[in-house]
Amino acid sequence: MNSGEKRTLFEKIWDQHVIHSREGYPDVFYIDRHFIHEVTSPQAFDGLKKRGIQVAKPNKTIATADHNVPTKDQHLPIKEMLSRFQVETLTQNCKEFGIELFGLGHEKQGIVHVIGPELGLTLPGMTIVCGDSHTSTHGAFGTIAFGIGTSEVEQVLATQTILQYKPKTMRIEINGELKPGVLSKDIILYIISKISASGATGYFVEYAGTAIEGLSMEARMTICNMSIEMGARGGMIAPDEITFEYIKGREYAPKGEAWDEMMNYWKTLYSDQGAQYDKVLNFDANDIGPMITYGTNPGMGISIGETIPDQPGDASFKKSLDYMGLSSGERLLDKKVDYVFIGSCTNSRIEDLRLVADFVKGKSKAPDVNVWIVPGSKAVEAQAKREGLDKIFLEAGFELRQPGCSACLAMNEDKVPAGAYCVSTSNRNFEGRQGPGSRTFLASPLTAAAAAITGKVVDVSTLLKKEAHVI
Amino acid sequence: MSFEKFSDTAVLLPLENVDTDQIIPARFLKATTREGFGENLFCDWRFNKDGSPKPDFVLNQETYKGSILAVGKNFGCGSSREHAAWAIGDYGFKVVISSFFADIFKNNALNNNILPIVAEEQVMDRLFKELQNDPATEILVDLPNEQWSFGGKSYGFEINEYKKECLLKGYDNIDYLLSHKQAVESFEQKHILN
Ligand code: SF4
Repeated sequence: MNSGEKRTLFEKIWDQHVIHSREGYPDVFYIDRHFIHEVTSPQAFDGLKKRGIQVAKPNKTIATADHNVPTKDQHLPIKEMLSRFQVETLTQNCKEFGIELFGLGHEKQGIVHVIGPELGLTLPGMTIVCGDSHTSTHGAFGTIAFGIGTSEVEQVLATQTILQYKPKTMRIEINGELKPGVLSKDIILYIISKISASGATGYFVEYAGTAIEGLSMEARMTICNMSIEMGARGGMIAPDEITFEYIKGREYAPKGEAWDEMMNYWKTLYSDQGAQYDKVLNFDANDIGPMITYGTNPGMGISIGETIPDQPGDASFKKSLDYMGLSSGERLLDKKVDYVFIGSCTNSRIEDLRLVADFVKGKSKAPDVNVWIVPGSKAVEAQAKREGLDKIFLEAGFELRQPGCSACLAMNEDKVPAGAYCVSTSNRNFEGRQGPGSRTFLASPLTAAAAAITGKVVDVSTLLKKEAHVI
Repeated sequence: MSFEKFSDTAVLLPLENVDTDQIIPARFLKATTREGFGENLFCDWRFNKDGSPKPDFVLNQETYKGSILAVGKNFGCGSSREHAAWAIGDYGFKVVISSFFADIFKNNALNNNILPIVAEEQVMDRLFKELQNDPATEILVDLPNEQWSFGGKSYGFEINEYKKECLLKGYDNIDYLLSHKQAVESFEQKHILN
């Protein structure tokens, strides 16, 4: 590498972590932080046992139980036998291999991509992996973070390295001002609707531009979280003062001299002026309105007032609309909603809960809607209670549950029934994702809150205008 | 287990954006071993709620059989669950052919001795038509020469050298990584984030 070469942020971090490179072979790539959970780790630990080897660097792996846990009565033993066994297996493996576990009931437990950042375990410049595709969330801090399969979890446990091919790079710039009622969730749903669910496959994305720079860390996480929904290996945002301010003082963040040393390093983490990307896309923030999806992949999204498009002769498109019980040319506005789910690693952080609470304060949910609010972590839950948000939700008739992935993937008992429509702040609207036969409309927490109150799909920006709310 | 040249018939599933939640729904991810996922492959398309097979789904028909799966583009998008690759392998598929695979799925497949072949869209169209006309169409897969063929025409496919060697010689990723232990340790001594 000659020192005069201009490099992207991605390339800087990548180059720094390559231990061995050979033509035709994947790089041996070093991992700084490894998160594990109950669902994709047991077979990896089994692999270690079969080989008779230990975890190479136990202090670089952190475990939590999230995917499969109940979100009610977490103090009681898990009722469902297979779920309980899976969580117990994780506990056993962590004990045996010396890994720190924030298990069910632990004050630091939560969705893996919520607790990493909030504990200060996610730091700029790191390489981060987890057996979960939404590991891309951590990219909001200027990290190379991506989801891996269980065989790769085993690689990392065994060696703290992983075999990787360098992806191509893509820059997505969003400049301009966001309109009232438009959140970072709308930005990412908009981008995916423009480039499709496979539009960034093979790429690692860097998000930039004034609309991104103006976002809080939590809003940035929502964007990076959904990078995988356009096929990207991951997504990242260069760290800045907002990032450093967020990290400072968090439990596992560096302190004192170590902090100063890190800051010197972190300040080098940006894409050089004139660095080349394999692909560059530009969007104008002002074009983005509240978004909603109508189909069964996150690329099937529209601005909330638009009609569902047509793709004549496309069997997959037709199958998707049939599943959703919708047709081309139809509007989603005023569509009756049965469930509202506010949660998941996309939108279950304290800012999301605050936004929702601010909107619903003094109102009640529509009579026929079931509303679940599932905080992303014990810390978010505790903070919400400190701020009295729980009371606002209770008065509105919302059900505040305990932390976990919940109806995002419906592995536990939180399932949307077959045929029911759910406005969800999660990241996937796949067939059956929220329960067999469930029909998901992905949207922002504000749009979800508005659906909870009105019982239908509404354009939250018009409601805000009426209420003269300022968001 | 090595991956020699072989030929077989194929199962046709020309849908696009088949995500890993369709390949293996989340509720089946509660197992702590790698075995048995084939039973629930494409479960919600394959079975009714009461467990009876849905007659219109391809895996429940006699028409298409074989260890090759021919699918529409962006196959395996969605979650990183390796269970999707386990389910496909456990069901008996050795090769999946598509014009486009999601990254993580492709990697997971290769790590489980399943060969993902990427073909051009026109070739896929031809393959789908050929299979619709004649479900008994034989497909030849020749990994050593990076070629596959059907209906008298032959096509190349790309696979990187390392993965090819893994499939052909049964190399083990972790043995390969462990052979760099020394380099990892000296790396860590200088690494600012250590
Ligand atoms: S909340 Fe949903 S997307 Fe996020 S880690 Fe859990 S299951 Fe995956």
